[in-house]
Parts: sequence; structure tokens; C-alpha cells
Amino acid sequence: MISFASFPVQPDRASDAVRRFPDDDEMDLDDGDFEAGGSKITWPGETITSSQAYMRGHGTYVENEEVVASVAGTIERVNKLVTVRAIRTKYNPEVGDLVVGRITEVQPRRWKVDANSRQDAVLMLSSVNLPGGVQRRKLESDELQMRNFFEEGDLLVAEVQAFFADGAMSLHTRSLKYGKLRNGQLVTIPPILVRRLKSHFITLPCGVDLILGLNGYIWVSKHVKESEQEGEEGFDAEAVYSNRNDYIDDSTRIAISRVANIIRVLASHFVPLTDALLLEAYEWTVENDTDAKGLMSEDVGDALVATITSRA
Amino acid sequence: MGSRVEILNDGGFRSDGRRQYELRDMTIDLSQQGVADGSAIITHGLTQVLVSVFGPREAKMRSHTMHDRANINVEVSVAAFSTGERRKRSRGDKRILEMAATIKSTFEPVVQTSLYPRSQIDIFVQVLQQDGGLLQACINGTTLALANAGIPLLDFVCAVTGGVHSTSPILDLTLLEENDIPHVTVALMPKTGKVTLVTMETRLHVERFEEIFRLACEAGKVIHAEIKGAVRERTSRLVGAMGSGPRAGGGDLQDDDAMDEY
Repeated sequence: MISFASFPVQPDRASDAVRRFPDDDEMDLDDGDFEAGGSKITWPGETITSSQAYMRGHGTYVENEEVVASVAGTIERVNKLVTVRAIRTKYNPEVGDLVVGRITEVQPRRWKVDANSRQDAVLMLSSVNLPGGVQRRKLESDELQMRNFFEEGDLLVAEVQAFFADGAMSLHTRSLKYGKLRNGQLVTIPPILVRRLKSHFITLPCGVDLILGLNGYIWVSKHVKESEQEGEEGFDAEAVYSNRNDYIDDSTRIAISRVANIIRVLASHFVPLTDALLLEAYEWTVENDTDAKGLMSEDVGDALVATITSRA
Repeated sequence: MGSRVEILNDGGFRSDGRRQYELRDMTIDLSQQGVADGSAIITHGLTQVLVSVFGPREAKMRSHTMHDRANINVEVSVAAFSTGERRKRSRGDKRILEMAATIKSTFEPVVQTSLYPRSQIDIFVQVLQQDGGLLQACINGTTLALANAGIPLLDFVCAVTGGVHSTSPILDLTLLEENDIPHVTVALMPKTGKVTLVTMETRLHVERFEEIFRLACEAGKVIHAEIKGAVRERTSRLVGAMGSGPRAGGGDLQDDDAMDEY
């Protein structure tokens, strides 16, 4: 069983001795300079613990039998494994994550996708839905017309499928929910602020759809009714790979930019995003009659964040 | 002495009123600058440098990718208004290229590049004001920006300049002092005491070197304390801000003092 535990406030020096309970593996903070009071923040070059009793995880390295932090962030511990979670970093992909990305390059049988990670992700031609049925062989003609599906600069929503040997991620869009994005705008925030949710497709009552990519790319777009979503029955390639926006009326445009600015304000105050928080923030802007532009002024942003974080 | 200004007067004061071993006032700003993954503005007295770090990210040029580690790319630009006399320096200036190469070789053994194969880390250094100790400010700023970007470092790198006036060593030279007396820049990793850079452009008596070098190592520890404090404050503020929002898993509420300023 895996138990998550933070560091004990009091260093327990006796725990090196016999284990009394199966789960009793408290960390021995052998260093006096580790702050008393159990602060869990660390920074590069700071000794965390002894490497003999603990295993080093991400964000740490071992030197002179000591586990030393290499990034600034919070210390996390799973049984004997010590990791440091950086407070600001690039997106670290995991299989099954939902990401929003932008095509950077078209290569033979694959697209390169910028997904805010340390390397560009790869979207294979074999991992996308092609016109004429979900199950069909990839033909040479498909290879030749790859730009008809995705072109450089196109935005898409996809899922992390696997990793290559060098750590690059492979994406897939083999679901009707995934594919090319249109009718909206992209907002970029630090990836750590996007929490894993039950669903990353959120519909706000103000007629705005949100896709929260775990890589920190967020797509804010016009709401599409369930029944009108492309490819309900037969897969409609025309609509799925279309480059044209639908008609978006003025009130929807205003709602989209308002939601986008709310996300920017929350991100600048380093508040993690949740659907409830966004809804609350949207209601606040309507109550206070704040338009999208007014949100960007500092005092309004501060007031918004102060209100919604105190309410929660 | 041939110069008009006394480097060190009879009372033991320097031209800007400092003592021999006194460092200049140091300010650090780690707030977000544009779209950089990590950035820092650092001032040593009147020297001010802005460093922006991007990455690790896909290399813009395929030839820059290395299959076993990340490539570090450093670009330095000097603002035309940064010196007393307005002067436009081109990016191809030899002195600037050399400084970029020095910063790159200082950080290559410190950044854990092997964790990011085929990637590139871009470091953009912009010199906003210069008044001596330029390289030291660039290195300290780069350390802060890298830490702010969450790039794994073995340790902070702390740099300081030292010089010698006749027989008395002095630390953290201004432009005036740099022009007159021999000086050396030392960068070290305070945890292990390893030195990642020693560089000098002037001739220095060999018997004076050791004394200055030791002093600079001591001063590096003082700078380390400043850098550490700034990173700790920034990190705890961000952690506090994240904790003050409602947690998905029903976490505890912390004080939202951190919200006041970002």
C-alpha cells in the first residue's frame, strides 16, 4: 500500500531502530539545518536527508550519501522515496493525460506538436481518426494530404498515448472528443495550476466551453450543443478538420474573452483552477459589472481573487 | 596613483563610501517577466541585469540537439542606454560573445542537462545598467532565473569580483575601480565549495591572487544567503497562494496573505 505523508514536524531519531509497526517509517531528519516547524519548502543545493535510509526521486540527487534537492519546491515523500516537486516547471507528461497542443511541423507520417513539454510531442498519422470510418487502413494518399488534416499552427486536443525511448510523448486523437480546435482562444498558464479533474471538458452556463489541458494550455471556446457535435453518428471529416470558425455572436465573444481574462488573473495570482472557482469568478464579474478589459487592472484582479478564495 | 579618484582613502573608505570588504546593495526580483519560464532581475549597486530562461524546450535548430543531454544556449545583449556614454553594441560584438560563452561554461557543469535529452535551454541575459561587476551580476541573475524556471541545478552558483589596490584587497568593484585596478571574478557552488569559474582580464600579482581568491569565496557565501532567501521567499509565496485556493481533494485553507502581492 502506498501512503502519502508529509514530513513529521518533530524529527524522530529513534525510527532507525526496530520497526514497531508495518507503516511506521518516519523520516529521520538527520540535518539540524532543516527548518524546525516542518516547513516543506526546499531549494537547489539543500540537503534533505540521508541517502542510506531513503531513495532519491525526481528533483533530487545524491552526493556524499546525502539526498540533495535540485529544484525549488515542496518536499514530498512516499514511504522511502523522497521527491521534490518544483513549483514552476515545464509540463511532465503522463500516459492518459489530456493535453492541448499546437502543430509545429509536418513530417513523414507524423506531426510534431508543441505541448509545453521539454520536447515536442509526436502525433502519428496512425493515431488520428481519418475520414471514411474510424477503422480503416492508412493509405499512401493519406500521407500525401496530411496538411488537409493538420497544418502548422493548428491547435488540437489530444491524449498522451505512450512515450518514446528518449522521453518524447506520443499523442492520439482517436476519440470524437479529441481533434482540431476552433471557435475560441488559447490561454497559457503554469501547468501546476491545472489539477487532475474527473473531466477536463467543462461547460460553463454562460455559453462557453473550456478544455483544461494538463500541460497548462487552456482552450476557451463557444459552446457546442451535444447533439450538434461533429461526428455523432457517421464521422464527418469535413467538420472535424475544418479550418473555419462557426458564426459566434457578440455576447458569446464577450463571454469567451471574460472567461479567458479570469483565467489569466487567477494564474497571475497562482490560484489553481477548478470549474467551481471559475463559475464563482464569472458570477463575481457579472455582479460587479466588470467587463473583460476591466478585469486586467490590478486592483480589480486582486479584489476578484480575494473574494473567491475567501468564499471557498 | 595616476588616477584622479582615490580608490581607497586614508580612512579606509572607497570612492562610493564602502569599506574594503563591503559588498554593494543587492536587490532581487523574481516575478514573472513576459512569457519566460523563469526570470530574474538582479541589481548589484548600479549594475542591473534581467535574465529570462526558456525551456527545456525543443531546439529551434536540429543541429543543436544532443541525444544524451540538453543544449544550453546563452545570448547576451547590452542595452544602448546601459553605460554612461550611449553606445550601441551589436550582438556580434566579441566581448559580448565571450561573456555569453563564459556564462555557458559556468553553468554547464551545474545544470543537470542529462535529464533533458534532445532539448534546449535558452538563457537570455539583458544588461540594463552597468557599473562594474557585470559578469558577476549576469551569473547570479542566471542562477536565479534557472531556479525560478524549475530547472534542476546541483547548487546555486554565486559570483563575486575581487580586486587589489596596492596591497589591500577589495570586493565587489564598481566600474571606476575596475578601470583602475587588477581584478578577478570568481563563481562558486557554496554547498561543496567547488569553483566553477575564475576569470580575469587584467594582470594580477601571483602573490596577491590567493588572498583575493579566498576573500571572494567568503563573499560568495554572503551572496548565496541572499539568493537563497529570495528563492525561498518566492517559493513559499507561490506555495501559499496555491494552498489558499480550494483544493480539489478538500485540502486545508491557509492564510491568504500571500495573495496581496504577486
